[in-house]
Amino acid sequence: MTAESASGHQADEEFRKELLGTLPHLRAFARGLSGRPDYADDLAQETAIKAWTARERYTPGTNMRAWTFAILRNHYLSELRRNRRQTDLDDGAVERMLVMDADQEGGLHLSDMEAALLQLAPERREAVMLVGAGGFTYEEAAEIADCAVGTMKSRVARARAELNRILNAEPDPQALARRKAAIRSGAGLTRSGTESSSAHRRETG
Amino acid sequence: MLSHPNGQGRSGSRPGLPPLTRKDGEPGWAAGLRNLYNSVVDEPLPDSFDDLLKKLDESDDG
Repeated sequence: MTAESASGHQADEEFRKELLGTLPHLRAFARGLSGRPDYADDLAQETAIKAWTARERYTPGTNMRAWTFAILRNHYLSELRRNRRQTDLDDGAVERMLVMDADQEGGLHLSDMEAALLQLAPERREAVMLVGAGGFTYEEAAEIADCAVGTMKSRVARARAELNRILNAEPDPQALARRKAAIRSGAGLTRSGTESSSAHRRETG
Repeated sequence: MLSHPNGQGRSGSRPGLPPLTRKDGEPGWAAGLRNLYNSVVDEPLPDSFDDLLKKLDESDDG
Protein backbone atom coordinates (compact mmCIF):
# COMPACT_ATOMS: atom_id res chain seq x y z
CA MET A 1 0.00 0.00 0.00
CA THR A 2 1.43 3.38 -0.92
CA ALA A 3 1.66 6.18 1.59
CA GLU A 4 -0.90 8.09 -0.42
CA SER A 5 -3.51 5.34 -0.40
CA ALA A 6 -2.86 4.72 3.28
CA SER A 7 -3.62 8.33 4.10
CA GLY A 8 -6.66 8.17 1.84
CA HIS A 9 -7.82 5.12 3.74
CA GLN A 10 -7.40 6.95 7.01
CA ALA A 11 -9.29 9.95 5.68
CA ASP A 12 -12.13 7.63 4.66
CA GLU A 13 -12.16 6.15 8.15
CA GLU A 14 -12.39 9.58 9.74
CA PHE A 15 -15.11 10.58 7.33
CA ARG A 16 -17.09 7.41 7.96
CA LYS A 17 -16.89 7.88 11.71
CA GLU A 18 -18.08 11.45 11.47
CA LEU A 19 -20.82 10.55 9.03
CA LEU A 20 -22.13 7.81 11.31
CA GLY A 21 -22.23 10.29 14.16
CA THR A 22 -24.29 12.63 12.01
CA LEU A 23 -26.93 10.04 11.07
CA PRO A 24 -29.18 10.66 14.11
CA HIS A 25 -29.14 14.38 13.31
CA LEU A 26 -30.01 13.74 9.69
CA ARG A 27 -33.00 11.68 10.85
CA ALA A 28 -34.11 14.45 13.20
CA PHE A 29 -33.77 17.19 10.59
CA ALA A 30 -35.54 15.11 7.94
CA ARG A 31 -38.34 14.26 10.38
CA GLY A 32 -38.92 17.93 11.05
CA LEU A 33 -38.81 18.82 7.37
CA SER A 34 -41.08 16.09 6.08
CA GLY A 35 -43.16 15.17 9.13
CA ARG A 36 -43.11 11.54 8.00
CA PRO A 37 -40.86 9.20 9.98
CA ASP A 38 -40.41 6.52 7.30
CA TYR A 39 -39.78 9.01 4.54
CA ALA A 40 -37.42 10.93 6.84
CA ASP A 41 -35.38 7.79 7.39
CA ASP A 42 -35.20 7.23 3.64
CA LEU A 43 -34.02 10.81 3.19
CA ALA A 44 -31.38 10.41 5.89
CA GLN A 45 -30.06 7.22 4.31
CA GLU A 46 -30.02 8.64 0.80
CA THR A 47 -28.22 11.67 2.15
CA ALA A 48 -25.60 9.49 3.83
CA ILE A 49 -24.97 7.67 0.54
CA LYS A 50 -24.68 10.96 -1.32
CA ALA A 51 -22.33 12.33 1.33
CA TRP A 52 -20.17 9.23 1.17
CA THR A 53 -19.99 9.42 -2.61
CA ALA A 54 -19.06 13.10 -2.42
CA ARG A 55 -16.61 12.71 0.48
CA GLU A 56 -13.73 14.07 -1.61
CA ARG A 57 -15.47 17.41 -1.54
CA TYR A 58 -15.69 17.57 2.23
CA THR A 59 -12.99 19.55 4.00
CA PRO A 60 -11.96 17.68 7.15
CA GLY A 61 -12.37 19.73 10.28
CA THR A 62 -15.31 21.73 8.93
CA ASN A 63 -18.89 21.21 10.07
CA MET A 64 -20.01 17.75 8.92
CA ARG A 65 -23.51 18.29 10.27
CA ALA A 66 -23.95 21.50 8.27
CA TRP A 67 -22.45 19.90 5.18
CA THR A 68 -24.72 16.88 5.27
CA PHE A 69 -27.79 18.97 6.15
CA ALA A 70 -27.25 20.98 2.98
CA ILE A 71 -27.16 17.72 1.00
CA LEU A 72 -30.31 16.50 2.71
CA ARG A 73 -32.36 19.65 2.15
CA ASN A 74 -31.30 19.88 -1.50
CA HIS A 75 -32.25 16.26 -2.00
CA TYR A 76 -35.57 16.79 -0.22
CA LEU A 77 -36.42 19.86 -2.30
CA SER A 78 -35.57 18.16 -5.57
CA GLU A 79 -37.76 15.22 -4.55
CA LEU A 80 -40.59 17.63 -3.80
CA ARG A 81 -40.19 19.33 -7.16
CA ARG A 82 -39.99 16.02 -8.98
CA ASN A 83 -43.15 14.75 -7.33
CA ARG A 84 -44.92 17.97 -8.09
CA ARG A 85 -43.95 17.80 -11.74
CA GLN A 86 -44.75 14.15 -12.16
CA THR A 87 -48.05 13.89 -10.39
CA ASP A 88 -49.04 17.34 -9.27
CA LEU A 89 -50.18 15.54 -6.14
CA ASP A 90 -47.97 17.32 -3.71
CA ASP A 91 -50.82 19.33 -2.25
CA GLY A 92 -52.75 16.10 -1.97
CA ALA A 93 -49.90 14.54 -0.06
CA VAL A 94 -49.90 17.43 2.37
CA GLU A 95 -53.62 17.05 2.75
CA ARG A 96 -53.32 13.35 3.47
CA MET A 97 -50.72 14.01 6.13
CA LEU A 98 -52.76 16.65 7.88
CA VAL A 99 -56.01 14.75 7.67
CA MET A 100 -54.28 11.65 8.93
CA ASP A 101 -53.11 13.66 11.91
CA ALA A 102 -56.58 14.99 12.59
CA ASP A 103 -58.46 11.74 12.11
CA GLN A 104 -56.29 9.00 13.47
CA GLU A 105 -56.29 8.40 17.15
CA GLY A 106 -53.87 5.53 16.99
CA GLY A 107 -51.37 4.68 14.31
CA LEU A 108 -49.26 7.58 13.24
CA HIS A 109 -49.25 10.10 16.02
CA LEU A 110 -48.08 13.60 15.35
CA SER A 111 -47.50 15.84 18.29
CA ASP A 112 -48.98 19.33 18.31
CA MET A 113 -45.48 20.56 17.60
CA GLU A 114 -45.08 18.39 14.51
CA ALA A 115 -48.56 19.23 13.29
CA ALA A 116 -47.82 22.93 13.72
CA LEU A 117 -44.52 22.60 11.83
CA LEU A 118 -46.36 21.04 8.92
CA GLN A 119 -48.56 24.10 8.65
CA LEU A 120 -45.55 26.30 7.92
CA ALA A 121 -44.27 27.00 4.44
CA PRO A 122 -41.34 24.63 3.73
CA GLU A 123 -38.77 27.44 3.79
CA ARG A 124 -39.94 28.63 7.17
CA ARG A 125 -40.15 25.11 8.52
CA GLU A 126 -36.60 24.49 7.40
CA ALA A 127 -35.42 27.78 8.90
CA VAL A 128 -36.89 27.15 12.32
CA MET A 129 -35.67 23.54 12.27
CA LEU A 130 -32.12 24.66 11.57
CA VAL A 131 -31.96 27.56 14.01
CA GLY A 132 -34.56 26.71 16.63
CA ALA A 133 -34.12 22.95 16.77
CA GLY A 134 -30.71 22.19 15.28
CA GLY A 135 -28.94 25.01 17.07
CA PHE A 136 -27.26 26.47 13.98
CA THR A 137 -26.39 30.15 13.80
CA TYR A 138 -28.23 32.30 11.27
CA GLU A 139 -25.04 32.37 9.21
CA GLU A 140 -24.68 28.59 9.19
CA ALA A 141 -28.37 28.10 8.47
CA ALA A 142 -28.21 30.59 5.61
CA GLU A 143 -25.32 28.68 4.10
CA ILE A 144 -27.14 25.36 4.44
CA ALA A 145 -30.30 26.78 2.87
CA ASP A 146 -28.30 28.69 0.26
CA CYS A 147 -29.87 32.06 1.03
CA ALA A 148 -28.82 35.44 2.42
CA VAL A 149 -28.45 35.77 6.18
CA GLY A 150 -31.16 38.44 6.23
CA THR A 151 -33.52 36.10 4.41
CA MET A 152 -32.83 33.38 6.96
CA LYS A 153 -33.47 35.77 9.85
CA SER A 154 -36.74 36.83 8.31
CA ARG A 155 -37.84 33.23 7.69
CA VAL A 156 -37.07 32.27 11.27
CA ALA A 157 -38.93 35.30 12.61
CA ARG A 158 -41.99 34.51 10.49
CA ALA A 159 -41.88 30.86 11.45
CA ARG A 160 -41.70 31.78 15.13
CA ALA A 161 -44.59 34.18 14.82
CA GLU A 162 -46.68 31.52 13.13
CA LEU A 163 -45.79 28.87 15.68
CA ASN A 164 -46.67 31.34 18.42
CA ARG A 165 -50.02 31.84 16.84
CA ILE A 166 -50.70 28.15 16.22
CA LEU A 167 -49.39 26.70 19.45
CA ASN A 168 -50.28 29.35 21.95
CA ALA A 169 -53.89 29.41 20.88
CA GLU A 170 -56.17 27.58 23.27
CA PRO A 171 -57.20 24.24 21.84
CA ASP A 172 -60.62 24.92 20.45
CA PRO A 173 -62.62 22.01 18.99
CA GLN A 174 -64.50 24.34 16.68
CA ALA A 175 -61.29 25.85 15.37
CA LEU A 176 -59.92 22.37 14.80
CA ALA A 177 -63.05 21.38 12.92
CA ARG A 178 -62.76 24.52 10.81
CA ARG A 179 -59.14 23.76 10.10
CA LYS A 180 -59.96 20.21 9.05
CA ALA A 181 -62.72 21.49 6.81
CA ALA A 182 -60.36 24.03 5.31
CA ILE A 183 -57.75 21.37 4.72
CA ARG A 184 -60.31 19.12 3.04
CA SER A 185 -61.58 21.87 0.78
CA GLY A 186 -58.06 22.84 -0.16
CA ALA A 187 -58.25 26.32 1.32
CA GLY A 188 -55.49 25.65 3.77
CA LEU A 189 -53.05 24.41 1.23
CA THR A 190 -51.29 27.55 0.08
CA ARG A 191 -49.61 27.91 3.43
CA SER A 192 -48.26 24.42 3.10
CA GLY A 193 -47.04 25.03 -0.42
CA THR A 194 -43.89 26.82 -1.38
CA GLU A 195 -43.71 30.22 0.23
CA SER A 196 -44.81 33.05 -2.04
CA SER A 197 -44.10 31.04 -5.18
CA SER A 198 -47.29 29.06 -4.66
CA ALA A 199 -49.22 32.31 -4.71
CA HIS A 200 -47.44 33.43 -7.84
CA ARG A 201 -47.32 30.13 -9.60
CA ARG A 202 -49.64 30.01 -12.55
CA GLU A 203 -50.49 27.15 -14.80
CA THR A 204 -49.15 28.22 -18.16
CA GLY A 205 -50.32 26.93 -21.51
CA MET B 1 -36.56 7.69 42.07
CA LEU B 2 -34.77 9.98 39.68
CA SER B 3 -34.53 8.85 36.13
CA HIS B 4 -31.39 9.37 34.13
CA PRO B 5 -32.07 8.20 30.59
CA ASN B 6 -29.06 6.36 29.25
CA GLY B 7 -27.06 7.61 32.16
CA GLN B 8 -26.65 10.95 30.48
CA GLY B 9 -27.47 13.57 33.03
CA ARG B 10 -26.23 16.60 31.16
CA SER B 11 -26.99 17.78 27.67
CA GLY B 12 -23.44 19.11 27.60
CA SER B 13 -22.23 15.55 27.31
CA ARG B 14 -23.72 15.37 23.82
CA PRO B 15 -21.66 17.57 21.55
CA GLY B 16 -23.52 19.31 18.77
CA LEU B 17 -26.86 19.24 20.53
CA PRO B 18 -28.64 22.41 21.51
CA PRO B 19 -29.33 22.86 25.20
CA LEU B 20 -32.42 21.18 26.60
CA THR B 21 -33.21 23.85 29.12
CA ARG B 22 -35.61 26.62 28.42
CA LYS B 23 -34.01 29.98 27.83
CA ASP B 24 -35.39 33.13 29.38
CA GLY B 25 -38.02 34.91 27.41
CA GLU B 26 -38.67 32.27 24.82
CA PRO B 27 -42.14 30.85 24.25
CA GLY B 28 -43.00 27.47 25.72
CA TRP B 29 -42.99 25.67 22.39
CA ALA B 30 -39.36 26.58 21.70
CA ALA B 31 -38.16 23.96 24.16
CA GLY B 32 -40.68 21.56 22.64
CA LEU B 33 -39.14 22.12 19.23
CA ARG B 34 -35.67 21.33 20.53
CA ASN B 35 -37.03 18.30 22.35
CA LEU B 36 -38.65 17.06 19.18
CA TYR B 37 -35.30 17.22 17.44
CA ASN B 38 -33.32 15.83 20.37
CA SER B 39 -35.72 12.97 20.93
CA VAL B 40 -35.09 11.71 17.40
CA VAL B 41 -31.34 12.20 17.82
CA ASP B 42 -31.48 10.10 20.98
CA GLU B 43 -33.34 7.23 19.31
CA PRO B 44 -31.23 4.23 18.37
CA LEU B 45 -30.95 3.85 14.61
CA PRO B 46 -33.78 1.64 13.35
CA ASP B 47 -33.10 -1.69 11.68
CA SER B 48 -33.77 -0.13 8.30
CA PHE B 49 -30.32 1.46 8.61
CA ASP B 50 -28.54 -1.88 8.82
CA ASP B 51 -28.00 -2.11 5.07
CA LEU B 52 -26.61 1.40 4.95
CA LEU B 53 -24.23 0.73 7.81
CA LYS B 54 -23.08 -2.49 6.14
CA LYS B 55 -22.58 -0.66 2.88
CA LEU B 56 -20.48 2.01 4.55
CA ASP B 57 -18.47 -0.63 6.32
CA GLU B 58 -17.72 -2.57 3.17
CA SER B 59 -17.29 0.31 0.81
CA ASP B 60 -13.52 0.43 0.81
CA ASP B 61 -12.78 -3.23 1.39
CA GLY B 62 -13.68 -4.46 -2.06
